[in-house]
Amino acid sequence: MAENASTIKDTTKDPIKASELDPKFKYKIMKMHGGEKLLKCFQCGTCTSDCPVARYSDSYRPRTLLHMARLGLKDRVLKSDTLWLCAACFTCTDRCPQGVEVASVIRVLRNLAAEEGIVPQVFKDQCASVLESGYAYKIPDLRLRKREPLGLPPLPKGDPESIKKSLKGVSFMKHVENKGESDAKQ
Amino acid sequence: MPNSKYLIFLGCAIPYRVSAYELSARKVLSKLGVELVEMPEFNCCGLPLDPVSHETMLILAARNIALAEQQGLNILTLCPGCAGTLKKVNKILKEDKALKEQINGHLKESGLEVKGTIEAKHLLQVLKDDVGVDNIKKAVVKPLTMLKVAEHNGCHILRPKEYIGFDDPEDPQTLKTLVEATGATCLDYMDETECCGAPSVGVSDKVALQLARDKLSHVKQVDAQALITICPFCHIMYDTNELRIEKMFQEAYGIPILHYPQLLGLALGMTPEELAFNELRVSTKKLLEQFNEGAK
Repeated sequence: MAENASTIKDTTKDPIKASELDPKFKYKIMKMHGGEKLLKCFQCGTCTSDCPVARYSDSYRPRTLLHMARLGLKDRVLKSDTLWLCAACFTCTDRCPQGVEVASVIRVLRNLAAEEGIVPQVFKDQCASVLESGYAYKIPDLRLRKREPLGLPPLPKGDPESIKKSLKGVSFMKHVENKGESDAKQ
Repeated sequence: MPNSKYLIFLGCAIPYRVSAYELSARKVLSKLGVELVEMPEFNCCGLPLDPVSHETMLILAARNIALAEQQGLNILTLCPGCAGTLKKVNKILKEDKALKEQINGHLKESGLEVKGTIEAKHLLQVLKDDVGVDNIKKAVVKPLTMLKVAEHNGCHILRPKEYIGFDDPEDPQTLKTLVEATGATCLDYMDETECCGAPSVGVSDKVALQLARDKLSHVKQVDAQALITICPFCHIMYDTNELRIEKMFQEAYGIPILHYPQLLGLALGMTPEELAFNELRVSTKKLLEQFNEGAK
């Protein structure tokens, strides 16, 4: 997805039309767990200057993402090719002089993008795997068989039925369930 | 030696790819008097799914906490990601009653409930708080005075500070102290607290590998004989990817990446075979020669 972030057209540079702005977007973010302090951001740039990913990406800028969110540039920010680059190292959160919890706001933005079906495949795969086995990765049989000769106890089995019951009603699941089916056919 | 008892929470990455970490940690903990109880039917801590659904993360973490509460034991994890997530969710649910009720509503059908009676700790915290640095020093039979190594904490063992809070993210000391307890010298190097890049793998391998490469070159600059990690993801980034990074950037590092319990295990008198050194990708031959010579 964002692998080719630098070659994809950078929409952040296009002129902004008033019709693009969703004035309610910021309130939606602030109602979500972790997004409460969005408006405290005074755009100092500490997050971007301390961001390990920004150092190597031409376009990933936490400060820009937060500003776009505050302005209400909903589509641009949720479809941004760089939104998913955040490494969740929480340096920005710890160093923000305003206590904005920048990484959590970015997580909220990703959650909102995911609600609209914009999710890198790697996350859908992990979720499908949790539903199937309890683990985020499918642990290869070879690994499981190797445990005993290595002197390791058997791996506890997940309880997929119970997990599925617990995740009932979580809206993100609709994106994963489709994926789960196509996976099973392979 | 203190006797403490924990449920061991393996998470996903360790059984998937990093059995040397699990193996060496179990051996070292057992020698230091920490008793591990196998955790029944646990699931992913939830962290990998937080980016796509915070609610899913909360529910998955809460399931694990509820399962541990049924056993009446605190959780020990080897993965800082799992420790951080379980700590964070535990704290959030203890403080936010409405959210706790909502999450418990999801767990109810499986007969589970979070009450807020247990704690989750990472290996590092257990070694520091329960075992204690002095007791580790006392248990050392082969001091590693011949070794000069560097340490890599990674992010989630330290940040966000509000939820982890047992060490200073800007100048962490716990792992350094624990490395030095083995007798080895722990070197300072540039950008010690930087992220390894692992969470960006799959989204942009290019960005991720550049981050890892920076770290390896800084570690090489100070001539460290090994890099010591305490996170399965950081370990994969450096050990599994070192050859790939060398190829990509046309540079040679040759730095072995050890799990901290492997280093400690050597000092406690265990053999490299017992500590699963053969599972490591980057050759430890030179390091072990140095160790054998120094131990004579």
